[in-house]
Amino acid sequence: MSDSTDKILYCRCAFSQVVPVKTKEEVLEKLCDSGRDFECVSDLCEMSARRDDRLGELLEGDGKVKIAACYPRAVKWLFHQAGIPFPEDGSVEVLNMREDTAETISKGLLDE
Amino acid sequence: MKDSKNPIQVILYEGSGTTPISSGDRLALTANLLDQGYSVSRVSQNASPGKNQAASAIIVLGQFSEAAPEIMDASGKTRIETRDTTGLNHESILEQVEEARESLDAEQNQPGANGAWKPWFPVIDYDRCTNCMQCLSFCLFDVYGVDDEKQIQVQNNDNCKTNCPACSRVCPEVAIMFPKYTSGPINGEPVRQQDVERESMKVDITALLGGDIYSSLKTRSEKAKSRFSKERSPDKALDERKRCMIKLQQSGIIPPEVLAELDLESLPSAEAIQQKAKEMAALQNKQG
Repeated sequence: MSDSTDKILYCRCAFSQVVPVKTKEEVLEKLCDSGRDFECVSDLCEMSARRDDRLGELLEGDGKVKIAACYPRAVKWLFHQAGIPFPEDGSVEVLNMREDTAETISKGLLDE
Repeated sequence: MKDSKNPIQVILYEGSGTTPISSGDRLALTANLLDQGYSVSRVSQNASPGKNQAASAIIVLGQFSEAAPEIMDASGKTRIETRDTTGLNHESILEQVEEARESLDAEQNQPGANGAWKPWFPVIDYDRCTNCMQCLSFCLFDVYGVDDEKQIQVQNNDNCKTNCPACSRVCPEVAIMFPKYTSGPINGEPVRQQDVERESMKVDITALLGGDIYSSLKTRSEKAKSRFSKERSPDKALDERKRCMIKLQQSGIIPPEVLAELDLESLPSAEAIQQKAKEMAALQNKQG
């Protein structure tokens, strides 16, 4: 179950439109309607390319981290490439907006 | 990095002492800011302190009951601007953000802006990588290098040619991804057995071209160097590179549109390619 200590991270994939627009718009809408706190980034790839220190902060937290972005394999190694170890203990869950529906992603993020 | 501007962090503060903004405005504001390259956090009273230490510029927005508080970073590393958005619609709030950004004198990469940089670079899946160095051998632009333990790594993102996934195509283990690529498994999709078999076939095809692409280039460069030294003609050297690129084009590994955009004169010289060959051989001997 998701709880308020879980961190929600949403990637907009703004620098290249490879995530379906409809999916990312609907997921963001659900997120904004939920009343939950969230972290949104313009583009995880862009941050990884710059080896942005904020990537490390985004994975920090007491609870689980849920990331709405793209393929889990890509997301995991994007963090790694930026020098940020990606936890393998199940504390980070990646939801794939390139493949799954907005409904599935939102449910995974918010446990509606 | 070619463009190392950090995104400006916008915090939508909806904790104590504020009135929450409507979900419609929250959505419009968040979407617009993200599309302009900002990072956005929505923070309520449940937020834990001490976050955002890596951000260099922060804009805090809130519908404050009283005057917007002045917030300072004790370490002095992060510049912070606060704006009261009470009674403003999201368009007006965006104007406030822009004005705050100017006050902070902060810049960031902007998606879609004229000449916008695209984050295009290889990402290595180390669960699959066998450190065979095919990518390092193949890439003419020194995107790859090795760390102190001779482990392959991406060292020069900016050298990568946008929309070129060629190194991914020559990787026998399907271990190289380009997350902005359109199709799998290069885009990061799970790798299937048939993908591995297909990639192996590609390596065999490159072998048919004469050892491998890199060897082919090297041989051609040596021939070119020989002719170049005899004829002392820069045009001949350029022609040789063109012929080499045509061969690569025929192999189907590098997209034609990428090849078409390459400045042949910017390609490494025959000497540079040969130097790389020596370094590769030394590396593989050490590993071997």
